[in-house]
Amino acid sequence: MNALARHRYHRAAPVVLVLLLLALIAGIAAAVSTASSAEATTATADDVTEGQKLFAANCASCHGLDAQGTDGVAPSLVGVGAAAVDFQVGTGRMPMQASGPQAIAKRPQFSEEEISQLAAYVASLGAGPAIPTAEQVDPALGDAANGMELFRTNCAMCHGSVGGGGALTQGKYAPNLWETTPTHIYEAMLVGPQSMPVFNDANIDPEGKRDIIAYLKAQDEGSPGGLRLGSIGPVAEGMWGWLVALGLIIASTVWIGARSS
Amino acid sequence: MSTTENPTEHGPEGSEKQNGFENPGLPYHRPRRADVDPKADKKAERQTAALFGVSIVGTIVAIGSYMALDMTDEIDSIRFVNMAIGIGIFLAMIGIGLGAIHWAKTLMRDHEMVEERHALRSSDEAREGAIQNLKDGAEDSGLGGVKRRPVLIGSMLTALLAAPLALLWPQIGNMGADWNISNFGHTMWRKGMRLTRDPDGTPIKASDVTIGSAFHVIPEGLNELEHHKIEEKAKAVVLLLRLDPRDLNLQPGREDWSFDGIIAFSKICTHVGCPVALYEQQTHHLLCPCHQSTFDVANGAKVVFGPAKRPLPQLPIAVDDEGYIVAQSDFHEPIGPSYWTRLHDTSDGLHADDDTEGSSH
Repeated sequence: MNALARHRYHRAAPVVLVLLLLALIAGIAAAVSTASSAEATTATADDVTEGQKLFAANCASCHGLDAQGTDGVAPSLVGVGAAAVDFQVGTGRMPMQASGPQAIAKRPQFSEEEISQLAAYVASLGAGPAIPTAEQVDPALGDAANGMELFRTNCAMCHGSVGGGGALTQGKYAPNLWETTPTHIYEAMLVGPQSMPVFNDANIDPEGKRDIIAYLKAQDEGSPGGLRLGSIGPVAEGMWGWLVALGLIIASTVWIGARSS
Repeated sequence: MSTTENPTEHGPEGSEKQNGFENPGLPYHRPRRADVDPKADKKAERQTAALFGVSIVGTIVAIGSYMALDMTDEIDSIRFVNMAIGIGIFLAMIGIGLGAIHWAKTLMRDHEMVEERHALRSSDEAREGAIQNLKDGAEDSGLGGVKRRPVLIGSMLTALLAAPLALLWPQIGNMGADWNISNFGHTMWRKGMRLTRDPDGTPIKASDVTIGSAFHVIPEGLNELEHHKIEEKAKAVVLLLRLDPRDLNLQPGREDWSFDGIIAFSKICTHVGCPVALYEQQTHHLLCPCHQSTFDVANGAKVVFGPAKRPLPQLPIAVDDEGYIVAQSDFHEPIGPSYWTRLHDTSDGLHADDDTEGSSH
């Protein structure tokens, strides 16, 4: 402690303080921003039997051999449709690595072909939402301005006003949507995976869904306001204000007050 | 007031006690390197000049960026130009500030100064003079003393009291003619009014609302309002959800307020009125983003976490002949923060305080 007290007047102290703060912030930011994406898939109802084999080998331990689900462990998959399979398996959320507050997106475990086979099998169990066509999810055909209005009414409370994601309760969170493929965004609205509610075509029609995708993809152009800081709202911005700005003020105060050597 | 420059350079001279304490005197004065070493002095001078140089460069960068960089409609280019100008202005300002402080710290005299406090009390002559001035003023103006001027005093007081009205009257007048504050306890929902989608105002069929759905709802006709549309929307917004009917525990007295698992709650938090709309479909929890109040939709939206004190008001709904979802009535209790419920009991005997006990935290 005495050594520290002696060195606080060292002329390098303000610089060291600022560098430490910046390193801390960069470390936090790096730890927070991990996202993964997956290639879009276009499943066609082809090999249901292949899909059934894959299902029995990889999914049945939780969802049951007949996909009826297990109470308290995994839901029934009858009637969830191909879109749910393409979303959950295509974003790597399923098969789940470990049980936790929510399934986490990771590198998909199956090839596109295998995903489409699995989707075909699950779709054969009962009618459910199909995987959207490339035209349905093409952001170039959507109206980003209308998408913004729909997004801010229906999605922004969880995913943030520009899709940066946000926290929910008990360790759950709404993910960042910038890396998510248009097909997966569309499918998530259709099926309402995990904590997310369902936004069926009667709620947000297919054109509206495409407009939302166009709005999210318009965020790739960058933020007119400068650094996004994760776009997760006043907490992140406040942290920068407090740590960086206040740190700089304290550092310069220490420097101004310190005696020259 | 006297300023003496460091009369005792090396510690206390005498050891007389003041208020029981010994005057420790000034600490040992350690000369700076620039004071004793001409090289260090030169170096500090160069450093200061360099800092002012940074400022000059910053000015050039700012002006140069403004003139030379091309700003197009692309967000990236706008941001780049603004950033360049901003960094230039930052350097121009910080360079002057750092240079001035560095100059003062390294090159200007750093001897300790002692400035003695003078007595706070003014001299007796000055105090008497001030009081005499006040008395003379009162005498001259006619407020008191020999020649009082009651007409002047009266007209001045009237003018002073009336003048604020010129500011207040239009302000209060602008607030509108409706001073019935019980209106704040009600929303525009009426019996038979359809629930429509926010923002386009299209009606919602019961069959549209599949299990797990969340619809953001405004009252029918809200978009056609000519006055107070935003105010009415802020009071009347509703979240329409459909749960598996097996998961939904209907509250006593509200068995017919929902339809086959479709249930509607006010979106305005009962804590301080933020829109509660973070719906977790699996746990049926509704989370308020402002202070993390959490409401359990499956159990009458009672509070399961956070600072809110009462459940979200439920909008009684039904389905009309064409299959559209309609309201049975307005909310049976005031929406939003609990303030209004303290003013009066609610209409149908459903007291707003009923289920607050034990529901907070």
